[in-house]
Amino acid sequence: MNDALLSVENLSKGFSSGARQVAALDNVSLTISAGETLGLVGASGSGKSTLSRLLLRLLSADAGSIRFEGEDWLALNSASLRRRRARMQMVFQDPLAAFNPLASVGAVLDDPLRIHGVAAKDRRPGEIAMLLERVGLPADYAGRPVRALSGGQRQRVAIARAIAARPSLLVLDEAVSALDVTVRGRILELLVDLQKEQGIACLFISHDLAVVRAVSHRIAVMDGGRIVETGPAAALVAAPQSDAARALVAAVPRLATDPC
Amino acid sequence: MSGIFCSLRQLSVTYGRGVAAALDGIDLDIVAGERLAIIGESGSGKSTLARALAGLLPEGARVGGEMLWPGLGHAPRPGRDFGVVFQDPGSSLNPVLTIGEQVAEGARRHLGLSWKQAYVRAEELLGRVRIPQPDRTMRAFPHQLSGGQRQRVAIAAAIAARPALLIADEATSALDVVVQAEMVRLLDGLVREDGMTLLFITHDIALASGFVDRIAVFRNARLVEAGPVRSVLSAPKSDYTAALIASHRDLATPPLIAEVQP
Repeated sequence: MNDALLSVENLSKGFSSGARQVAALDNVSLTISAGETLGLVGASGSGKSTLSRLLLRLLSADAGSIRFEGEDWLALNSASLRRRRARMQMVFQDPLAAFNPLASVGAVLDDPLRIHGVAAKDRRPGEIAMLLERVGLPADYAGRPVRALSGGQRQRVAIARAIAARPSLLVLDEAVSALDVTVRGRILELLVDLQKEQGIACLFISHDLAVVRAVSHRIAVMDGGRIVETGPAAALVAAPQSDAARALVAAVPRLATDPC
Repeated sequence: MSGIFCSLRQLSVTYGRGVAAALDGIDLDIVAGERLAIIGESGSGKSTLARALAGLLPEGARVGGEMLWPGLGHAPRPGRDFGVVFQDPGSSLNPVLTIGEQVAEGARRHLGLSWKQAYVRAEELLGRVRIPQPDRTMRAFPHQLSGGQRQRVAIAAAIAARPALLIADEATSALDVVVQAEMVRLLDGLVREDGMTLLFITHDIALASGFVDRIAVFRNARLVEAGPVRSVLSAPKSDYTAALIASHRDLATPPLIAEVQP
């Protein structure tokens, strides 16, 4: 796969817990093309978050390789990694824990613009206003403390921060799981719009297959540290092949208009 | 299903020096033996309702209106007349007590059992909540169990003294969907077998709709509407309930993206 934006091959990572050795990731391979959303779904402890941390190099791999934008991602030294990180950005589950609690929205968005040299100092306020507008927040929110925002607004700021550095790939780890359902729908729509506008690829990680289905072109199912099934979203949901995928399909709550 | 178990009349709660009420003039009857879902988003007041019923409101909370317990005829005794399962079993279980001690404690205290008898009952209860190898788990500590297993233990502890009412406050929200589905099946089975009244508090209207009898929808401290599942879902009286139903996503909902043809 030459045209893959990201390609992960035979990635493994173990943790030791006392005398016990746990294979959190076991020979995981996957690819994401430019502008594509790959949904990664699995139960708690299946290895989804370990994979996202390895991708962001917040953890080191035991074995395997990651190629991102044509480069050996795991071989980058810290200085070049810091520069390249602009291209792969992350949105976490809990947007309050992901921010400096004392920061204002403007300061949160100013950081990536400054650190990655996206805009000169005098152009940054304009850029921040544009980012806020793009995620559906009024420009005057720049002066507000992050703490004073609702959960949904905070997650919009987290997305604005992630796209500020002009990434080609967003890694979203349970990014909508803590939000109310009505808010969640609007954040999903925002992500899909951003992808259409800017062609950003996404790795969308969640335990909730219904949410993954809504935004993903392809879906990969994880179980016990392995990817047990990958396929186009519609096909996988319609005819799951693995036990793990079948369990995830069966567990999606449905509105029971006829209670049994 | 007969008789009112608990009756709320114009119940209001305001925290601290706040002006905005966390619950505002709630009139609601809980019928003995029913499974009632309390549905609401963040800030709707649903957890305040659970705390008010369980007598767990913080000091300084101002309560107005009445809570009547005709089904009991006296003020409810925590643990004996009702059990509560919270969202995070990691913080509701005591980290330095064994699983056996925490489940047995309620049975010993409220059912007049000896520790020995209470341990026998605790092991039975762990079996009922489908903990594998209950005898071994009795000696384990909470940190040695997974989140789902811990929540099963919390349920066992909550029903140890055979309460008439079980309050589950977002008890499945921290679990992944597969474990969540198992937990709902477990709660449903337990309340059916024991004839308990269940108050199932959740933000997920679809999850509740699969097994409860009635739904009460809360928003911004007020009760928006209440009724049997089927009528609330098929003919919601309020726009808010309609919006909640419309924002539900399952696998039959059309995706937000156009799928690329390979």
